[in-house]
Amino acid sequence: MIKVTIDNIEIEVAEGTTIMNAARQVGGKIVPPAMCYYTSLKGSGGKCRACLVKVAQGSAKDPRPMPKLVASCCTNAQDGMVVQNITSPDVVEARRGIVEMLLVNHPLDCPICDQAGECELQNFAFDHGLEKTRSDFHRREFDPIDIGPHIKLHMTRCILCYRCTMVADQLTEERVHGILWRGEKSEISTYIQKAVENDFSGNMIDVCPVGALTDRHFRFRNRVWYLNPMDAHRDCKKCSGKVVLWLRGEEVYRVTGRKDEVGEVKEFICNECRWDHFDVKDWKVEGPREMEKWSVITANKYSDEAVELPDELYSKLNNEKWNEFEGVT
Amino acid sequence: MSKKILLDKINIEGIKSFDVYRANGGYASVEKALKMAPNDVIEEVKKSGLRGRGGAGFPTGMKWSFLDKKSGRPKYLVCNADESEPGTFKDRYLMEFIPHLLIEGMIVSSFALEANLSFIYVRGEFRWIIKILEQAIAEAKRAGFLGKNILGTGYDLELVVQTGAGAYICGEETALLESLEGKRGLPRIKPPFPAVVGLYGMPTVVNNVESIAVVPWIVLNSGEEYAKVGTAKSAGTKLISACGNINKPGVYEIELGLPVEEFIFSEEYCGGIANGKRMKAVVAGGSSVPILPTELILKTAAGENRLMSYESLSDGGFATGTMLGSGGFIVYDEDQCIVRNTWNFARFYHHESCGQCSPCREGTGWMERILHSIENGHGKMSDIDLLWDVQRKIEGNTICPLGDAAAWPVASAIRHFREEFEWHVMEPKECMNRNYGLREKSIMSIA
Amino acid sequence: MLAVKSGKQVEFSPAAMDRAREIISRYPDGKQKSALLPLLHLVQDEFGNWLSVDSMDYIARLLHIQPIEVYEVATFYSMYNMQPVGRFLLEICHTGPCEIRGAEELISTLQNKLLIKVGETSADGMFTLKRVECLAACGYAPMLQCGMHYHEFLDSEEKIDRLLNDLRSKATQNN
Repeated sequence: MIKVTIDNIEIEVAEGTTIMNAARQVGGKIVPPAMCYYTSLKGSGGKCRACLVKVAQGSAKDPRPMPKLVASCCTNAQDGMVVQNITSPDVVEARRGIVEMLLVNHPLDCPICDQAGECELQNFAFDHGLEKTRSDFHRREFDPIDIGPHIKLHMTRCILCYRCTMVADQLTEERVHGILWRGEKSEISTYIQKAVENDFSGNMIDVCPVGALTDRHFRFRNRVWYLNPMDAHRDCKKCSGKVVLWLRGEEVYRVTGRKDEVGEVKEFICNECRWDHFDVKDWKVEGPREMEKWSVITANKYSDEAVELPDELYSKLNNEKWNEFEGVT
Repeated sequence: MSKKILLDKINIEGIKSFDVYRANGGYASVEKALKMAPNDVIEEVKKSGLRGRGGAGFPTGMKWSFLDKKSGRPKYLVCNADESEPGTFKDRYLMEFIPHLLIEGMIVSSFALEANLSFIYVRGEFRWIIKILEQAIAEAKRAGFLGKNILGTGYDLELVVQTGAGAYICGEETALLESLEGKRGLPRIKPPFPAVVGLYGMPTVVNNVESIAVVPWIVLNSGEEYAKVGTAKSAGTKLISACGNINKPGVYEIELGLPVEEFIFSEEYCGGIANGKRMKAVVAGGSSVPILPTELILKTAAGENRLMSYESLSDGGFATGTMLGSGGFIVYDEDQCIVRNTWNFARFYHHESCGQCSPCREGTGWMERILHSIENGHGKMSDIDLLWDVQRKIEGNTICPLGDAAAWPVASAIRHFREEFEWHVMEPKECMNRNYGLREKSIMSIA
Repeated sequence: MLAVKSGKQVEFSPAAMDRAREIISRYPDGKQKSALLPLLHLVQDEFGNWLSVDSMDYIARLLHIQPIEVYEVATFYSMYNMQPVGRFLLEICHTGPCEIRGAEELISTLQNKLLIKVGETSADGMFTLKRVECLAACGYAPMLQCGMHYHEFLDSEEKIDRLLNDLRSKATQNN
């Protein structure tokens, strides 16, 4: 075991643990955000640079600080290492930059995006971003395409975290999903728009941090925050059968894997569980899913206080504007 | 004439062929080295003080000594001939006109590193050079310097020329290894370093063409002799590829420590500025390194003569200095527009960013667009500060040095030529018709 | 965008197949994927200087890898053409050092002489113009690459005319 200090909190972790995972053992605000790292996907991480931290002291043996900020998801903790996450102004500044970079091309179409409310970029931008964008250039645009009967690819929203290609590479036998072109022009595609036909392909939707890969059966049908997530399971020969049912009344709107407190699915589910059992009777419902407060919606960040409008203006807005809208409809 | 180590035989007729090269003392270092212990060859290179000639300037001997030889896994030596840094065309010259020097260096270096399969990764555009190298390898093989049981010593070595296909990023050593494995050239996250986990997951050393080509001389003449050439901190000679608005563009071998002023203005080297113009600025080591105005490239901020050496060029840090880099020496005369040039380089890095990590993928494009709008008279005063802020947020936050390489030219252009950017914003019509020209009086403004 | 699959049969000639086998044999056992970049160059040499989806699928079968692995690599590198090009692909360097020695003038001269814009192919299918980044010929600027060769110091109209005429006569000789 080795001792690491992260934001003045000392913790003992096993040797070979990354800074990110050490921080996750503590939990709370000192966990660096992750847009590309995904524990169960080998080779993920290091790309988005959202989890950059400052190493103020390398180790007990070699206390020199590291010259640059390091990606906490792929840097191992050392005995006696001192890490600064949100206590370092450099880190906060760098993350503000990362948010800004990611939003150079990511559209601000949250109001019509199915991922809104459970979007990792939305949360990241809310926690670390600037209030407005400084880039007024055209964003890159693509036409949405269907990859198979179940998945829709909105390349315009992709932040190139590579998670989906890793799912395809590691969970599915034949990879048809990949990254084409280079640099800013890179795109996720099956190239000839070949359908992704594999029993576990649906997990690409769950690992996507943004709304680039969405469930075609759920698109535009409801907002996630109107639904009641329920833990449920069924006997499944292909997977664990442990899922979350997203219900409104008795109706199953969608089925997803179970995301933990950092937003990762630990047990991937098969496509049969995801798309062939929309009848609640097919499932043994365990009870309401405890949602950790990591989402913009669950943290109630869209409440009145967050907007901070003066009372007068707010009531004006409420009465006039909305009445006007109602009048139109 | 200053000392020549690499190009001393370049003018011998037919030196491209094995027979002529051999008759002029070629491959003697192989005969000598193969009688030595591999680690003794590494010791010689360490003693020479040779620093990597690809741009970063990391001591070659030290890099070699990091190679994991203990685990008993196969080891690889890969020569980085993916020369694509704007301003740099020295390796091409070496491979085209004296190819056996590189082959000889590869044999000796592979022996020192105990590698039995080595690669020369050549950028795909150099198609005729690939042919030259393949022919040179075939000749060396016929003469018994490659293949099984070289010179009867029991040492086996195969040498393969690998072709790139147009990607600047493959000059980064881990991207090069990915490309060599038949993948997209995406830099790997370090650690682990190639010395431990490199090509095919095995211990690997990646060296620049020029670094490897020096090794035969070091083996024949000893590391101490090499260390005597050049300055204390910059041993040996360096190939400098000079281009831009000078009278005699080309590749020159200089002894490190030569005054910059002499390099630019003497007849032996660049021969002064072309068309009788005045010099405006210099990029001393390939497009990535900071651009310096005339007064700072000729003299350091402390007023000393600037020399062509690692330590003198970087004197003053990035505030008033630059880097020796890869030796791509670009000279600009008074007619050149710094904003346009900065935009051009930003476009280059935008085009060449691999797209793996977000600050570089998005930031290089953003910088290019801001610079494009300033250059074309659509810029705002605040864009200059924004540009500064964007480059600062790329630098140091990326997986590989391409992010830094994209940020430095922008930062240095703003640092030393800010008024030229401001002029573009203030005089949008005029900037389309004429260039800013030379600053009349020297302002040592440092942002 | 990329050309769609045509289902056309692609196969190397016996001589090209020998070359392909030789390339594949260079690498250690199980590392044959390393041959991908050289093999894609070979495809371009054999089948009209571009990569069709069918030819990429053929290479995937030859190396026992998934087609997407070939597409990923082919689209990453700028030397692989994803669309058909003319008989002569003129790749003009427009990076800094070439630009200050007249690369833009070279490009506009070529555009005016061939009556095409960069990215287009002339009506007779002879020439395609392409802008490329640094080709490591900075001291010999302005320049362009055509196939195996670099054509350097193209700083006057006569030199450009001579180059175009040389290429045209080369084409008629070969026919």
